[in-house]
Amino acid sequence: MVEELSRTEEGNIIINVGPQHPATHGVLHLVITLHGETIQKVEPHLGYIHRSIEKMCESLTYRQFIYVTSRMDYLSSHINNHACALCVEKGMQIEVPERAQVIRVLMDELTRIASHELWWGAMAMDLGAFTPFFHAFREREVINEIMEDTCGARLTMNYILPGGVLEDLHPSFQKKVKDFIVLYKRKIAEYDEMVTGNIIFQNRMKNVGVLSAADAISFGCSGPTLRGSGVSCDVRKIYPYEIYNKLEFNEALETAGDSFARYMIRIREMNESIRIIEQLIDNIPEGEFQAKTKAVLKLPKGEFYQRVETARGEFGIYIVSEGGTTPYRIKFRSPGFSNLSALDHMARGGKIGDLVAMMGSLDLVIPDIDR
Amino acid sequence: MFIINYIKEIYSGLKSLVVGLRRTLFYFTHHKEIITEQYPDNRATLNLAQRFKGEVVMPHDENNEHRCTGCTACELACPNGTIKVITKFDLTPEGKKKKAIDKLVYHLELCTMCNLCITACPSDAIKMAQTFEHSVYDRSQLTKVLNFEGSKIMDGVE
Repeated sequence: MVEELSRTEEGNIIINVGPQHPATHGVLHLVITLHGETIQKVEPHLGYIHRSIEKMCESLTYRQFIYVTSRMDYLSSHINNHACALCVEKGMQIEVPERAQVIRVLMDELTRIASHELWWGAMAMDLGAFTPFFHAFREREVINEIMEDTCGARLTMNYILPGGVLEDLHPSFQKKVKDFIVLYKRKIAEYDEMVTGNIIFQNRMKNVGVLSAADAISFGCSGPTLRGSGVSCDVRKIYPYEIYNKLEFNEALETAGDSFARYMIRIREMNESIRIIEQLIDNIPEGEFQAKTKAVLKLPKGEFYQRVETARGEFGIYIVSEGGTTPYRIKFRSPGFSNLSALDHMARGGKIGDLVAMMGSLDLVIPDIDR
Repeated sequence: MFIINYIKEIYSGLKSLVVGLRRTLFYFTHHKEIITEQYPDNRATLNLAQRFKGEVVMPHDENNEHRCTGCTACELACPNGTIKVITKFDLTPEGKKKKAIDKLVYHLELCTMCNLCITACPSDAIKMAQTFEHSVYDRSQLTKVLNFEGSKIMDGVE
């Protein structure tokens, strides 16, 4: 049977992981060159879920193209929409009411927690622990219900428009969020009990997939992947947008650069998001939730760039406008693509059994990589 | 020294496993913490959010009248070409020609529930319904005509 596997001239075995593999969380295809059990090379093959979103956006107006970005990084769709709206507002110089800004940031942080919850469950499931998945989904469901009440959808919210948000907050929003904070604080201790402190989990994560700070920068990593290597890169801190410069929160940093460091970053980021929500939930200013905008949005001629911090890293949107109602060219800088490029480097010399731990700690969302 | 460390490691490892299993045991004995809902069985008591975006519908009143003027604002606002407005010309009692909708075709299979058509509508003729069980056996069943048979525009809506 082994003879039938494809071998290189040096006698290395080449195996395919994916495109339909439960550990890749989507249609990611990895071609792995193995020497015995040691990984020599990992080659990601992309394109299985390419939908040419950038080209599609060129035929959509500035109100319409926002919804497409929900389909890229579907776990932090709200933050993607936020970036697009910010970019259009920057170009048109729309003044967003303060209430809308606070609502947007609140929703951003709730989305970030929901995204990290799902990642936490999936990460533990990749390493063979099935129970945490249900625990993570239990808390995530509460956030989804909050989203459903206010935005009308659970995953692809389409809640942000250029100039504000679609609808005002649901009357029950504040109470539900406060209930969630109480629930979250009660349950986060369970996460540490079940997974973080577990000896099997720690042994499988520590010193696996080590990425030095210099390498992480040269591969263009961002978000928890880069912060796990000890580089400060939180866009919310460095290039504050909306009201982030008025908020108090810490940037989670670890220096080990291994999978466990990236894991701890995300756990701590959830706690920081809760801190941000606690600061805002009682201080939502009164006023309009939407600025008055023209019926047809036209960006002036020029180039506009806006970056935000999604749950996975820096998401950038670059619009080239010729002055019409549709963009001339749109480029998205997605965090997943750059983070994936570091996988080959960190996997070389490691064992194939650890590949799942490395991939899980990168938190890859495949539609975000392919677009 | 090596032996002591080895035994210490085994002890801390076993302890962490017991701590984790204690959680499992807790949920095993606390049935009130279980939040699972048995979906098809709880249909009667299922509460969906008021704003839930399930599908686009056109409300009609008891006289089979709707508020749609056929201005095609929803068709222009839609990013996917989900809505097609087919208009006709009605004769008013005074003998004038008046534009009205013949059919408002809605392709549910293309709809992404982005709510842009509803915000674009100047006469509040369409709204989102809270239905979600959309699966059918054939794709053609997902193409719907939103205005009812023989319906006409409400008086006073321009």
